[in-house]
Amino acid sequence: MTDESRLLFSCVGLSKSYTVKVLDDVSFELRRGEIHALLGANGAGKSTFCKIVAGLTAASSGTMQLDGKSFAPSNKRQAEAAGVQIVQQELNQIGTLSVAENLLFGRFPHRFGCINRKELHRRARISLERFGIDDIALDMPVSRLGVGQRQLIEIATALDRDCRLLILDEPTAALTHRETEKLFTWLSQMRDRGVGIIYISHRLDEVSKLTDRVTILRDGRRVESCSTSELSTTDMVRAMTGIESASTETEFTSHTQTPIRLRVKNIVRTGVLENISFEVHAGERLGIAGLVGSGRTELLRAMFGSDTADSGSIQLDDDPQQHRFRSPSQAVHHGLAMVTEDRKQSGLLLSQSIAVNTTLASMQQVCSRVGVINRQREHTAASDYREKLDIRCPDVNQTCASLSGGNQQKVVMAKWLLCGANVFLFDEPTRGVDVGAIQPIHRLFEELARDGKAIVIVSSDLDELLRTCDRIIVLSAGHVTGEFTRGVWSRESIMQASFAGYAI
Amino acid sequence: MPSNESWIVRLMRNPALVQYAGMVGVLMLLIAIFSSLSEHFFRFQTIPLILNQIPDLIVIAVGMTLVLVIGGIDLSVGSLLALGSAVIGVLMVDHGWSFLPASIVCIVAAGLCGLINGLISVGAKIPSFIVTLGMLEIARGVAYLLTNSEQKYIGSSVETLSKPLPLIGLSSAFLIALVVVLVAQWVLTRTVFGRYCIAIGTNAETVRMSGVNTVPYSVIVFAVSGLLCGLAAIMRTTLLPSTDPETGVGIELAAIAACVIGGTSLMGGRGSVIHTFFGVLIISVLQTGLAQIGAAEGTKRIVTGSVIIVAVLLDAARGRWFARR
Repeated sequence: MTDESRLLFSCVGLSKSYTVKVLDDVSFELRRGEIHALLGANGAGKSTFCKIVAGLTAASSGTMQLDGKSFAPSNKRQAEAAGVQIVQQELNQIGTLSVAENLLFGRFPHRFGCINRKELHRRARISLERFGIDDIALDMPVSRLGVGQRQLIEIATALDRDCRLLILDEPTAALTHRETEKLFTWLSQMRDRGVGIIYISHRLDEVSKLTDRVTILRDGRRVESCSTSELSTTDMVRAMTGIESASTETEFTSHTQTPIRLRVKNIVRTGVLENISFEVHAGERLGIAGLVGSGRTELLRAMFGSDTADSGSIQLDDDPQQHRFRSPSQAVHHGLAMVTEDRKQSGLLLSQSIAVNTTLASMQQVCSRVGVINRQREHTAASDYREKLDIRCPDVNQTCASLSGGNQQKVVMAKWLLCGANVFLFDEPTRGVDVGAIQPIHRLFEELARDGKAIVIVSSDLDELLRTCDRIIVLSAGHVTGEFTRGVWSRESIMQASFAGYAI
Repeated sequence: MPSNESWIVRLMRNPALVQYAGMVGVLMLLIAIFSSLSEHFFRFQTIPLILNQIPDLIVIAVGMTLVLVIGGIDLSVGSLLALGSAVIGVLMVDHGWSFLPASIVCIVAAGLCGLINGLISVGAKIPSFIVTLGMLEIARGVAYLLTNSEQKYIGSSVETLSKPLPLIGLSSAFLIALVVVLVAQWVLTRTVFGRYCIAIGTNAETVRMSGVNTVPYSVIVFAVSGLLCGLAAIMRTTLLPSTDPETGVGIELAAIAACVIGGTSLMGGRGSVIHTFFGVLIISVLQTGLAQIGAAEGTKRIVTGSVIIVAVLLDAARGRWFARR
């Protein structure tokens, strides 16, 4: 029974909307001296929830209470002053500063503005020793440490400040087994001191072992809150997955043909991708599911040559030649196309026109033999694809910056269609795209399939893959942990596979 | 869009036209101001006189525009000018070469230095600011060593290039510079090479991920900047007509200023060679006009600096004005 005096933090009706609702009416309670796991699939709202509690973003509605007092931090500093610390997945360190300087950043011991180096190192040593770390030089710039050690220092930094509520988002992702054990010992000590801990992890066995209670989010709503001992890891996955919604079972026509268009063989990038192999037929849409950080984007990048794989190869059509591309230009030359996750950083020339973007990968089609651009031909080519893909704009001379996300994505696709690619790699094709533009993009997958292209789609939205793909393979911690074909797949089995690699 | 807008409003909607009009307007304004201040300024002879002084700055600014467009910068242009000039002087005066072969060696030498700039900054991914700053020192040093730190008088035999032609009063050098401007503008706007340069300056990662190998294009642009410095060296040497290892100090700043006045972005991806040409004209008219009305060196510098800043402020305001439309 919840003893009122043990209640540390609570919230009621917490909601957050961007263009869509990412957090919907969530209530949550955290007791003193409790490690509380927060679970959910990609996009379930875990990170948003934590950011609200830590003051990094404000809730659209709902109230929070800390220690019985109303709590509404408007920034991180206020949350910290109230005793809330967060350790995020992204490292929040200044690489050129030393370990000690990062540990005590913002709290430098000083006299008249001069940092007292002796005192700085003394305090830094104390906080690291408390954590059992004695093998890191305090004056080493953190950029020269490994990711695991940086993660430890990040955690130590948070724990060193007085806190009553600690939020850890995937703290063990980069830690070795020994470091993880160390962290758990420490967290247990903090629990005994009465600190409340919110713990996010993909590793369900860790959750079972370490935490006292579990709250499960799905599509921004709380679906379960109970004591950890009541749930097996299978139950947890089931709760995260939910009931198969009817809407995903729309009509689907397969266009898969017999010939194999793309063979991926034993691709390895040490520490990121472990021996990945699969095949894609002509006209087939292959989905790649997996949790954020499971290596999905890295796989596409390795195939496309934007990162070079350590070993492994790609074969195309009947060509016996085995490729390991070292640059995107090689991949494009062999008929690959990649629609990247971040349109603005690596997909588009935002300040240039739609026409310029459309022809970027296929200049040879719109220029003379000596490289003079035929503007008429360029304009016609761009206009053709504007029509085909229904890009909403008055004119192809308009800049891409003025287009909506969906239309921008269509421009990226126009670029690759004009270039005549045969193998399409899509990384989060509908992220940040308005709802109305998703359907046309999915129809485009279908058209590509009908034309016999091979299509690989990475998406964090499992529904999207279930709706659009012939087959889904699952990546988990860099391993392929499952392969499912339409008709025999289930959300639950895919979700089980997504977590499987982390238990190894 | 309502069709009964006056033609002026319609013209105002065209960004390129507004920019041209702005630059020509500033140029006219400057000429008008100096003409009213000095009775010697607005004479038919004054204009060609100014134009014949600046072909070297024009071609250097053209190269600078291309480098800025790909998102780089070339600080070594002044030193490459001196190096090229030193090569001509030494070959002709000390070794008795004739003008043409000496000029060819001059262009090759400056072009090689530009190529080295490109290979190092693009190949090793070092900011071109640093690499060309190093080259600025090195090339200047070589110029001193070659000439023994002495000026060399070459003689009137080479002056033909920079002598005003009969009837038009403009020198061949200026006409060559004009051709360079037009060709460069054409390359930048009408060819695949120019398109890739603009694209690389806009977002090199997007270009790479679109399957274009950006390295050769960037390297070539630095090499072209070097070649144009060689051409500028020939122009300046024939104008003087002598070699001076201390020539061209600070010309990189004049060239960058001309590009910036012409609306070229230092962040890359945006630039026009024609606009740079107008930028050079504005700077030169300003300098000559201030000299003619007898302004002190200090005043000249203050006015020139202010014009550069005002030009960039106006350009930024223009950008915002069109962004709102």
